[in-house]
Amino acid sequence: MTRIAQTFLNKPKQVLNVYCTAGYPQLNSTLTVMQALQQYGADLIELGMPYSDPLADGPVIQQSSSVALQNGMSIKVLFEQLKDCRKTIHIPIILMGYMNPILQYGFEAFCKKAAEVGVDGLILPDLPEYEFENMYGAVIKKYQLDFIFLITPETSEERIRKMDALSSGFLYAVSSSATTGKDKNFNEVNTYLQRLQAMQLKNPIMVGFGVKDKSTFTTACTYSNGAIIGSAYIQALGSSTDIAATTQQFLENILK
Amino acid sequence: MSQTKTNSVSYMHPNEHGYFGQFGGAYIPEMLHRNVEELRSRYLEIMHEPSFVAAFHQLLRDYVGRPSPLFLAERLSALHNTRIYLKREDLNHTGAHKINNAIGQVLLAQRLGKKRIIAETGAGQHGVATATVCALMGLECIVYMGEKDIERQAPNVARMQMLGAKVVAATSGSKTLKDATNEAIRDWINHPNDTHYVIGSVVGPHPYPDMVARFQSVISEETRWQLKEKTGSELPTHVIACVGGGSNAAGAFYHFLDEPAVQLIAVEAAGLGVYSGMSAATSQLGKPGILHGSKSLVMQTEDGQVVEPHSISAGLDYPGIGPLHAHLFESGRATFLSATDEEALQAAFEVTKLEGIIPALETAHAFAALKQMSFKANDVVVLCLSGRGDKDLATYMHAMQKND
Repeated sequence: MTRIAQTFLNKPKQVLNVYCTAGYPQLNSTLTVMQALQQYGADLIELGMPYSDPLADGPVIQQSSSVALQNGMSIKVLFEQLKDCRKTIHIPIILMGYMNPILQYGFEAFCKKAAEVGVDGLILPDLPEYEFENMYGAVIKKYQLDFIFLITPETSEERIRKMDALSSGFLYAVSSSATTGKDKNFNEVNTYLQRLQAMQLKNPIMVGFGVKDKSTFTTACTYSNGAIIGSAYIQALGSSTDIAATTQQFLENILK
Repeated sequence: MSQTKTNSVSYMHPNEHGYFGQFGGAYIPEMLHRNVEELRSRYLEIMHEPSFVAAFHQLLRDYVGRPSPLFLAERLSALHNTRIYLKREDLNHTGAHKINNAIGQVLLAQRLGKKRIIAETGAGQHGVATATVCALMGLECIVYMGEKDIERQAPNVARMQMLGAKVVAATSGSKTLKDATNEAIRDWINHPNDTHYVIGSVVGPHPYPDMVARFQSVISEETRWQLKEKTGSELPTHVIACVGGGSNAAGAFYHFLDEPAVQLIAVEAAGLGVYSGMSAATSQLGKPGILHGSKSLVMQTEDGQVVEPHSISAGLDYPGIGPLHAHLFESGRATFLSATDEEALQAAFEVTKLEGIIPALETAHAFAALKQMSFKANDVVVLCLSGRGDKDLATYMHAMQKND
């Protein structure tokens, strides 16, 4: 069983996935951030690989990506930092990023190296399902990485079922058609999540975009298996002088 | 891994997934799927509706002033000892070819029931064209423009505002065209129902490169019959156009793409020199990659981060080219040349003195390329005069003062 599947088996509800940007706030803080997230209660880590043109992300995450790139982060540097991460990190690690830097690294070389350092899954928002089926899916499967597709309230039922069939690990339900870091109307979100729940999909559902505190986390979890927090944590890190303390306080505010 | 192949030998049409050779496709996040899919599934059907065709052509004729003249530039021809015809897109309403596509897309958006129009712009020409058509049709218009470009292109910002458009500064990244495009895409993600995104060039996810090329193809459609009238043959020996994203070149080449006797010459901006580190010559410097939703040639670092290009002309200052052009480059169907900032400026002054036409800085690059080529006396050269130079007067005045 994969590490992600095991996580949902052990804890089917209120699963907390926290996003952080590799190389942010400092080039070498990646592992420190991941260790703090694990220690203070995150169940999964979504590690963003910074890109100059992150279309699906809002200003907060783009800003953290710019800082990380200025710090010198790249896929090569990241794999070097993650080389021994499995000595201390036991929870699943999902790499999130955009296709262009991965194509330059070499798609297969990327998957191979990701699997080697102990990465469990991939979220690549600009890899659509046609390209996945045509070219890239087989490579991802060859290295036994989970691949997580995004779905939105605009995604048709037929298409959701297709994404569910193609995904493994979980499905990333964007809480509304919007970039990251925007406020959401959670009544509409609930209707959407109830609809998803009724579809009895094979994958767990994680809700992302607009989840930022205890109240939104609790709401997002009502009709799903858990939620993903990104921009709010990046914001907290941005003004932090002590990563462990900031992470502890941030996660306690959500989980306690 | 297998490569996606085109289904036909024609250069004009991508395959059903939007590929021209290995370039194209639709690399978009799921949040854009509904918008892009709606467009993909309906653009051809709408563009072929007789009422759409009639409305489009009526506006091109009565509002834009088409057909644009094909002018034999005699003194320029004498200088190069050949026959050079200028396709006068500079005489269109709003001063460039951009209006052809803006009218087509806004008409299409209306038929899709969209109430809100967004666009990106670099120098402001596409923004002005889109704002103009939105004023004409009474639609809300939001134009994203890099913060740096807003400072550099104040007259076009004022024009858009006078036309009723809201100009929004893109403050992320390098604060230029690339980032304005990112911001426009984000706006579209955040408005999945009521908004159409009018992309200004033959870039972006499928179906944009094909759709924009089709709207601009009126340029070469007219050129064919105009040449027939003037020379007795529909076919020139050469078609020359500048390429940033590549929309005027796509339009000028379109109906000649499958005529192997016609040489197609695309001219990119070399900035301070192709290898100076301050250039926008994507075909020379780019590698296959994904930018703004399609696979094409992209100027990028070894790590796959998109780099900021440089050109004196804001309209050519883009780190990619449309997938059609990447395919024309890779297949050898088109020849890619480049002109530096300085060569473009010299060419602009030269053609102004010889023909009494002040070209846009973008177009000046196409004129500059004439010097790099050799022609026979009986060649028929068509150069797409994509825009007029009023918007570039500040740059031209600065160059004149320097040379005094």
